[in-house]
Amino acid sequence: MFYRLSGTYHTSYEADRKLWKIPTDRWLVIALLILALLAPLYVSPLYLGSYVLPWVIWSAAALSLTLLMGLAGQLHFGFAAVMAIGAYASIHLVRAGVPFELALLLSGLISAVIGAVFGGAALRVKGLYLVMATLAMQYLIDWVVVNVPAISGGAHATLRTPAVSFLFFPVESLAARYWLALGWAVLLTVFFMNVKRTSFGRALVAIRDKDFAAAVIGVDPFKTKLMAFFTSSFMGGVTGAILAFCFYRAVTPEQFGFNVSIQLVAMVLVGGLGSVIGSWLGAGFVLLAPIFLTNLVSGLAAAGWVPVSQNFLSHLPLMIYGAMIIGFLLLEPLGLAKIYDNIRKYFLVWPFRHARS
Amino acid sequence: MMAYFIELLISGALTGLMYSLVALGFVLIYKSAGVPNLAQGALVMTAGYAVWLVMAWGLNVWIAIPIAAAIMFGFGLVVERLLLRRMVGQPVIMVVMLTLGLEILLRGLVPGILGSTPKPVDLGIDFAPIIIGDVFINRTSLYGGIVALLLVGASLLFFRTRLGTKLRAVSDDHVSSWAVGISVERAIGISWGLAGIAAVVAGALWGSSQGVDWTLSTLLFPAVAVVILGGVDSVPGVVVGGILVGVLGTVIPGYLDSIAGGSTRDVVTSLIILLTIMVRPFGIFGREDIERI
Repeated sequence: MFYRLSGTYHTSYEADRKLWKIPTDRWLVIALLILALLAPLYVSPLYLGSYVLPWVIWSAAALSLTLLMGLAGQLHFGFAAVMAIGAYASIHLVRAGVPFELALLLSGLISAVIGAVFGGAALRVKGLYLVMATLAMQYLIDWVVVNVPAISGGAHATLRTPAVSFLFFPVESLAARYWLALGWAVLLTVFFMNVKRTSFGRALVAIRDKDFAAAVIGVDPFKTKLMAFFTSSFMGGVTGAILAFCFYRAVTPEQFGFNVSIQLVAMVLVGGLGSVIGSWLGAGFVLLAPIFLTNLVSGLAAAGWVPVSQNFLSHLPLMIYGAMIIGFLLLEPLGLAKIYDNIRKYFLVWPFRHARS
Repeated sequence: MMAYFIELLISGALTGLMYSLVALGFVLIYKSAGVPNLAQGALVMTAGYAVWLVMAWGLNVWIAIPIAAAIMFGFGLVVERLLLRRMVGQPVIMVVMLTLGLEILLRGLVPGILGSTPKPVDLGIDFAPIIIGDVFINRTSLYGGIVALLLVGASLLFFRTRLGTKLRAVSDDHVSSWAVGISVERAIGISWGLAGIAAVVAGALWGSSQGVDWTLSTLLFPAVAVVILGGVDSVPGVVVGGILVGVLGTVIPGYLDSIAGGSTRDVVTSLIILLTIMVRPFGIFGREDIERI
């Protein structure tokens, strides 16, 4: 942990371009991965199923969204709708007899195509107008899902996911569902870290920073933005399918409503725009902090230490959630990723003051 | 059949005017500060609760509404001072998210403290509809529509006063306004306060027609459609956009709901937003150089 930089010299360009330039970082990530893989062994099923599993899946969703919002700089307030397309498409494909592995890919493709169509329509505008257009998209897709019985199975219906197996392993037990979700999230993480180093990733960043400047250096803004929408919607669609099969297992339209879109944007912002570790931390924080604090306050209220009404308690998660968004935007706009980065940089050269990278 | 259509038309137009009450606050803030205030719906809800709270002290409506207006004016000033002023110069996503965070916070805090069951606000309006021929007209909507028109007219006049001229200057260019000695911060603060007052009128009228609870904050969505259609920085656009959104959002569901299975109003509203943005992003009366955001 300490003196991490000492003895680390990059003498070739390859070494300097490595994903993890500092050996300690690599060991840290490997240790975390092993801990995550072994989680079903030492985490109780209750915690695994209701906290760790959703955290992993929402991290994958936040990663998909941050590709669009953080790297390409395109705001999207209807991402839950994209995930809904993936979830419903995968269920109907599996029911129609398509193998689960193929259904995941196809549902991703369907979300990507629909998401890119809406994105293309909205790409004439920027900023606030893009927010409004994607918001309208959220309401439209919500309505279609609710009101077309062939999709939702009728109004107010829940659609159960059929039993499936992934590469001959049945996705039935909690551990199997957790490992599948973890596998997808890790895949997305690796993809995201590498896409930043490709020409596509750099084109996205150029578009984000100034689109006509990017056009001047030969990046086609429209094509790149459309590809960003396509890629991000594909990732979101598959994540929606994973969410349906691994976590909810019975899907209703309300699970993909407008509030969920806001929650996703909050995860991305609280974590830090365009950051991998930020997506993981942000998803965990937005998901778990309100639950944790509400449990704390209701515990105190039950013990009679704080005089609050039941009505207040039931609204507490909303309050904490809103206050959290405001607090992060005002105090640390770069999010949890920046806080982690500050700590990391401090320890890089501890006990000295200044870090190199 | 004709009477049904006319009834839909009139009630749509009146509902639309009531939407424009909500939208007016949005435009007032956008015009001076360039901030899209997605918390306007929650502001209307808070104002509705404020009116209810003041009336619960046993005060007459006509005293309660000015007191609530004073409270919400102060609230608008506080929000601007504590939250929005620190976001100057930040990218639009930060500002949008901040107002959304405020929306969520208010939606939890206000019903959490004051109770989430619908609160009655009695403005003394008769619930019996006015009947002309075969057409029924809801009195609350009628008075709401008239008040909306009056309020928009008052805002138009206000923008011709000394203070209003300052606000227009600020909306044109912050730096030049500073250069000629206008306090930009105060102007933006006042516009938030005025949005709070508009929210009180909207909250009282909507509250009297459907009760005050958190659902008032969902008025944000039709208000956004009104604003996009009319032009985000245009006060007259609020009236025209409001009537259009109200009429389309009432007449079309009036015929389609029985076929398509309900709640086509949201679809119409979404389509209005999408089509406006694709065809004419700056709205009917908006300025074309809206790109600044």
